Amino acid sequence: MNQARASAAGRPVVLRLEGVSKVYFGTIAVKHADFEVRSGAVNVLVGENGAGKSTLVKMIAGVEQPTAGRILLDGKPARFKDAADAMAHGIGMVFQELNLFGNLSVAENIFANREIMRRGRIDHAEQERQAGALLDRLQTAVDPRAKVEDLMIGQRQLVEIAKAVARNARILIMDEPTSALSAPEVEILFRVIADLKSKGVAIVYISHRLEELIRIGDFITVLRDGRVTGNQPMTDVDVHWIVRQMIGSDAKDFATPGDHAFGGEALHADDVCLPRITGGYAVDHVSLTVRAGEIVGVYGLMGAGRSEFLECVMGRHPLASGRIFIEGKPVRERDVGGRIARGLALIPEDRQRDGLVSILSVAENLTMASLRKLTRGFHIQARAEAEAVRRQIKALSIKVADPSLPVSSLSGGNQQKVVIGKALLTSPKVLLMDEPSRGIDIGAKADVFRIMRSLAAQGLGIVFVTSDLDEVLALSNRIAVMSRGRLTALLDRADATEAKIVAASSIGHGPGGTSEQRELLP
Amino acid sequence: MSAAAQSRAAGAVGGSLALNLMRLRTFIALLAVVLFFSFAAPNFLSAANLVLMSKHVGLNAFLAIGMTFVIITGGIDLSVGSIVGLCGMVAGGLILHGIDLQFGYTLFFNIPEIVLITLALGVVIGLLNGLLITRLNVAPFIATLGTLYVARGAALLLSDGATFPNLEGNPAFGTTGYAFIGAGTILHLPVSIWILVVVALLAAYIARSTPLGRHIFAVGGNERAAALSGIRVNRVKMFVYMFSGFCAAIVGLIISSELMAAHPATGETFELNAIAAAVLGGTSMSGGRGTIGGTIIGAFVIGILSDGLVMMGVSSFWQMVIKGVVIIAAVVVDQAQRKLQQRVALQQMAQLA
Repeated sequence: MNQARASAAGRPVVLRLEGVSKVYFGTIAVKHADFEVRSGAVNVLVGENGAGKSTLVKMIAGVEQPTAGRILLDGKPARFKDAADAMAHGIGMVFQELNLFGNLSVAENIFANREIMRRGRIDHAEQERQAGALLDRLQTAVDPRAKVEDLMIGQRQLVEIAKAVARNARILIMDEPTSALSAPEVEILFRVIADLKSKGVAIVYISHRLEELIRIGDFITVLRDGRVTGNQPMTDVDVHWIVRQMIGSDAKDFATPGDHAFGGEALHADDVCLPRITGGYAVDHVSLTVRAGEIVGVYGLMGAGRSEFLECVMGRHPLASGRIFIEGKPVRERDVGGRIARGLALIPEDRQRDGLVSILSVAENLTMASLRKLTRGFHIQARAEAEAVRRQIKALSIKVADPSLPVSSLSGGNQQKVVIGKALLTSPKVLLMDEPSRGIDIGAKADVFRIMRSLAAQGLGIVFVTSDLDEVLALSNRIAVMSRGRLTALLDRADATEAKIVAASSIGHGPGGTSEQRELLP
Repeated sequence: MSAAAQSRAAGAVGGSLALNLMRLRTFIALLAVVLFFSFAAPNFLSAANLVLMSKHVGLNAFLAIGMTFVIITGGIDLSVGSIVGLCGMVAGGLILHGIDLQFGYTLFFNIPEIVLITLALGVVIGLLNGLLITRLNVAPFIATLGTLYVARGAALLLSDGATFPNLEGNPAFGTTGYAFIGAGTILHLPVSIWILVVVALLAAYIARSTPLGRHIFAVGGNERAAALSGIRVNRVKMFVYMFSGFCAAIVGLIISSELMAAHPATGETFELNAIAAAVLGGTSMSGGRGTIGGTIIGAFVIGILSDGLVMMGVSSFWQMVIKGVVIIAAVVVDQAQRKLQQRVALQQMAQLA
């Protein structure tokens, strides 16, 4: 194995990114990144959520164009105007979010847009024969004539991989290819990768599962907040090095915990249930109490029902059952507006989709949920509104030149602060925060944590959801762990250990790990 | 300062100048058509002609104001033209025939009552649109297409397709004086223009200074985020369709009063003119963007264009071609503006990075 790697180290570079940046509205996803792809090797790309891995490979695959910097293919500058263009240059990609047509057959998907023609018509028999041969090579028992929507998720992933392999790509990008695969399927995939490697294909491999990377990687590149923080042959590194590069030494500034006494019960959620359309419960009889001034962290894997629980409390799901009490009094309001009026506020997980109206200004976004308070009769008191906006911008140190600028012109961290400011203007008693630090840079993360601390010190009850163990351990007074919709542990900070939390978060999951456990990082 | 930096600064200035010109494009277009026709068409600038033209423009402007709110929420209201026809017919029918109570009595209303009933009818049809869209989840295009046919059919049924002529009314029933709405003047200006001023100011006030207006923009910009901020999205949508119906009812009253007759086919394709005026005025069909002022300017551009062309004796077939080209050009420039804006903003951010 080591010998194979040593020989890989001398492999030629087929593709090189030089000082590449990608700017989206509101966020800089990749900053001046350099990245080399060597043929006949597995080039691993690793980083936390939102570090810019997916953006980087999308630029290689032609899905996105770099804002600055250049791409060299075989030493010559190249520009891919779209995915088809990149494909023509021999670059294929297996997407994280599967790009398959559910209503078409497996064979039709594999040959989509490059159908095998015979006398002006699609030769379905030949397509199915070739697709069958490919799938045999991947050792799967998928029928090439089956519709993709009838396949299980793992099988779909293999079809996606077959699709990329079928195009004889020179460079094959795999964005978390194992996230939906079972252990035996992963083994098959690794054999396919070894086979492709021996044929000189360059593989770019993204994954969260560190053991996996160490096993199959030849070169590793670590991204943090859009920057490349490490670039080494895999033989020279170990798990500790990777984690250090991913998180950084200056990474977690959780602010010092306040030393204040808790008040009375702020929120009590009793027996909250949310049925799933496919049967079972997304939130399965969960009860939780938060006291004023207390921070309760809810930890769990993706799909554990954490976000859904917060949404039920907020009144977003009409089908949810269970009772909610604020300061001991029952909440009868069933809609979001009514619950905001009673003192609940939610910071949603996806701020672009659920938190902000991106074409409106910073000021309009800030006051969106609390206009009633700034209105006399029908009239919005312009001065009162400007004052409220100014106060929030100052209190949360939002960096914005002019509050009348569109909110989309802010950086991710400042956008998140706007969402928090919007919630705070409703004068909540309980703040529900869903992944409050996701996709924002380290400085802004520290700010958000500091804000959470000081709000708790002012007597707010805070429930926050996170997939980050460090975060939940450092910030919470109490830790609730959810798994498969159920509350599996409720620990005081003093009793909580990583091992206990991880154990509780995998209750109900089979051994060998599931797709959701890729979120688990050391 | 290096030459490169200088040229970049110059480029930025050029970019922002182009941006400003593009932002003012509807206004520039209005000036252009006014200037053009003052030379090309005799009597174009006479007071009588200006008043006449603003009456024409006004009809379209009412509908366009209602349409602007609907489009800002991300919807569309195709039924306004039919509401115009139906409301005119209802008002005409009430003046001429009253309501036959079946047992030998006929109920007549006086003119203020008839106006209120007609306006309420417009609002109720808007309510129906809103209910279809919010409660039954029918796409706005389909829901209002349906009510377009229903309302037009109802208008034709009221008179079996005939016109209600001579809406002079009967002094005995208090149904005289209907002509005031369409032909009366206050301070030398037509009543219909005064009504337009009031409705436009009201709409602009709602858009600018009330929570409702803010909610309309928020719903169009991001419905999910609006709902999570406690905005009652369905109520906002109901309002915009009801307001649009209200505006259409006003137009129905004005037209039937001007003509002193109600014809069931009145208002056909008015909805398209209203959409065109809103889009010309910078309202984005994808929702979240638009102003009442822009829409009114847009309505003037379209109205002046068609009246001016008539005065020049251009064939009505050519008029349609020209109108279509103007609308397409407006949207193309709108897209170009947004792209330019985005590029300027992205460049600024890349430099900061």
